[in-house]
Amino acid sequence: MPNYNLKINGKAHTVDVEDDTPLLWVLRDHLGLVGTKFSCGIAQCGACTVHLNGSATFSCVLPVSSIGKAEVTTIEGLSEDADHPVQKAWAEVDVAQCGYCQAGQIMTAAAFLEENPKPTMDEIDNAMNRNICRCGTYHKIREAVALAANTK
Amino acid sequence: MSTVVKASRRDFLKIAGTSVGGLVIGFNWFSCDSPKAEVISTEEILAQAKSFNSYLSISPTGDVVIYSPNPELGQNIKTSFPMVVAEELEADWEKVRVVQANLDTERYDRQLTGGSGAMPHSWEILRKAGATAKFVLVAAAAKTWNVPVGEITVEKGIISHKASGKSGHFGEFVAEASTMTAPEEVTLKDKKDFKIIGTPVKNVDTKEMYTGKPLFGLDFYREGMKHAMVQRAPFGMKIKTVDDSAARSVAGVTDVVTFGTSVAVVGTSTWPLLKAKKLLKVEYEPDGAVESTTDHDRIFADLMANGKAEVKREDGNVNQAFKSAAKVVVAEYQCPFLAHSPMEPENFFAHVQADKVELIGPTQTPGRARDAAAEITGIPKENITVQLTRLGGGFGRRLRADYAEEAVHISKAINGPVKVTWSREDELTGGAYRPAVRYRFEAALDAEGTMVGYKLRGVGMNEANSTRPNNFPCGAVENVLIENVVHPTPITINPWRAPVTNFLAYAEQSFLDEVALEAGKDPVQLRLELYEKAKTNPVGTMDYNVNRMIAVTKEVAEKSNWGKNPNVKQGLSVYFSHRSYVAQVADIEMEGGTPTLKKITAVTDCGMVVNPIGANHQVKGGIVDGMGHAMYTNLTFENGTPKQKNYDSYRLIRMKEVPEIDTHFLDSGFDPTGLGEPALPPTGGAIANAIFAATGRRLRSQPFIEQKEFSDIKLGIKRG
Repeated sequence: MPNYNLKINGKAHTVDVEDDTPLLWVLRDHLGLVGTKFSCGIAQCGACTVHLNGSATFSCVLPVSSIGKAEVTTIEGLSEDADHPVQKAWAEVDVAQCGYCQAGQIMTAAAFLEENPKPTMDEIDNAMNRNICRCGTYHKIREAVALAANTK
Repeated sequence: MSTVVKASRRDFLKIAGTSVGGLVIGFNWFSCDSPKAEVISTEEILAQAKSFNSYLSISPTGDVVIYSPNPELGQNIKTSFPMVVAEELEADWEKVRVVQANLDTERYDRQLTGGSGAMPHSWEILRKAGATAKFVLVAAAAKTWNVPVGEITVEKGIISHKASGKSGHFGEFVAEASTMTAPEEVTLKDKKDFKIIGTPVKNVDTKEMYTGKPLFGLDFYREGMKHAMVQRAPFGMKIKTVDDSAARSVAGVTDVVTFGTSVAVVGTSTWPLLKAKKLLKVEYEPDGAVESTTDHDRIFADLMANGKAEVKREDGNVNQAFKSAAKVVVAEYQCPFLAHSPMEPENFFAHVQADKVELIGPTQTPGRARDAAAEITGIPKENITVQLTRLGGGFGRRLRADYAEEAVHISKAINGPVKVTWSREDELTGGAYRPAVRYRFEAALDAEGTMVGYKLRGVGMNEANSTRPNNFPCGAVENVLIENVVHPTPITINPWRAPVTNFLAYAEQSFLDEVALEAGKDPVQLRLELYEKAKTNPVGTMDYNVNRMIAVTKEVAEKSNWGKNPNVKQGLSVYFSHRSYVAQVADIEMEGGTPTLKKITAVTDCGMVVNPIGANHQVKGGIVDGMGHAMYTNLTFENGTPKQKNYDSYRLIRMKEVPEIDTHFLDSGFDPTGLGEPALPPTGGAIANAIFAATGRRLRSQPFIEQKEFSDIKLGIKRG
């Protein structure tokens, strides 16, 4: 199996996996970074969202062979101590119910606010529409993204 | 008034010290039968394991730890239950920690999260546990200071004696308290003195969640464990042949295991298994009925007309009432199958050894997983441990132990530890479902438009009763017939968030809207007249409290400005289910020529609100869930297998489809009831009735967007 050198959360990792292995499974099964979640596996729900060079990316359909030198950030690397503005807003608004989708929601929101620091509510809704929350915490997600935009 | 709770001696809290000088109170968090709790020693904890499933411990530093046996699945009771204990204890909430107890064996037998029943069952038990701890701490302080108990006050974890100026935190008295005898009776606080209950308290595990810490079953990994994925037979079929040669050739696949009607691929990581599963060549053959949705439609029509029904309720003389009616209203409603689809797919870890089994994973019923493991392996139940993880959603799916059983079968076969992971395709096609159901409603109206006869005939599946025979309008109508017909299906059916009422409420509330139209009455007025009849001259048994129905109906009419603005087309739905009362009004306005759903107003009476944050969350989430499934989600079968295999075709509601939701709570003075379910059932009816008011189209099946009546309606949603 080929070796891949990946830069994840600022650290270099070498993994020995098949070249079609999605980044999601490299993170979870091979590197112990389980904050990135498996849910649909076909880029429909956003639970697996990571940042690839800062852009929100579905890791469940991203083959490890396509990553190259791109920098990967996962929920574990978003901040030192849960102090990223989006994480703080999530805690302040108390967004989660079951919590399973929230790492993906936070990663989508964080990448979006980097690109669009002062979004309208419509822009927030558009950006967050790619992530599903089965518990229906959408109102709180919307509120937290807006709060993060105001406190960044 | 504060309440003095009396009980027999053996019902009391058990108290004793720990070897490090702390105080531990044992009690039963979920027990529905005996509200006993006692002070116990750490040495006793194991011995007492069969008596208690939760502990309140206070350390010499004054820190309070509540060990929660509850698998949190998003309904926030891991936060709201400890609030109740801390309230009676007069603890400082900042010094209260909630720890997921490491769960195993007998203790958890009586533990089950489902049916919104946790809070009503546990309310008094939790209060008594806190009050008992406070009692012994106060007694210890009184003894230490040699002052009368009655002169001592407790506030925020500090015990004080005003006259002597003495005070100290809980921890200073735990050693003495642990030698005390449990009180014969404890005084519970007057609700008006509550300081924690009723205040907004945030979820207790947010930091771990928002930083990606391993909390969920799927996050469990152990050195040396194998992974497994399972291919299951279509419903009604069995395996004829298995060709696993291609699957076995995938690098990383170590075993292929067949058990029952399932074939498992086993390997060193997940990705090879996702590939290998697609390469399995399994031929199936019928093993009884193999059903498709077209069969269900035919079966429903046939059983509705000719099926042998069980009478669930009969009041008065229905035939006579319909014969002499001035007007008869008839309508049929049908819903599709739905999957539970928690965001965390089913998964479980099992390690079967010669004389013991270790199980770890997300379940609402650990006892079921253990019993199943005992049956499969022949290993005694006492040698089987079940450790619970946080649940990435449940919605009823994790009441079943099927995925834990699979892990046990596979671990036994490969003689080693294994974690079974379901893919989303597995979850949608191989699982358990809210069954499809069809209802026929008939109402007999007299010349004044009053409902004098009511018939409901449900055609459901398997053992479930598809009706709720003591629900409104029963009690308000003299002549009633409620019947249930059962179709036995090979498809596995399972409770789904707000079982039965998740669809029945929509059908009943839509039909009441049809009746109001035919009777020439405003929907609020129609209900209020019927409530009045149920109140002054009730007919038979009613599960609901009429006064609470009246209150939520009037309140939602007021909060939604019911009928006040001719430009706003409104739909009403009022429902009692799972012990709480929720009334909803959906508002549709024309915006740029498009009917646009702008707002849903909800009024909830769940008794006292323990945690406004959690309560708001549950109501909004329930409405979003109810709306999403009513509007968009469908699961159809073809030859025993669902056609919708993932979220590209199994459509769940998203951010842009959610309107403003305006929530209100009515404090009826009753003890708190759960909220995991009751906000969901009324939503579909409120929206369908608003769509009718706005467009004249009556939607009698779900999902709405797939109905022909809806085909030329473009419903806008104004996001709030």
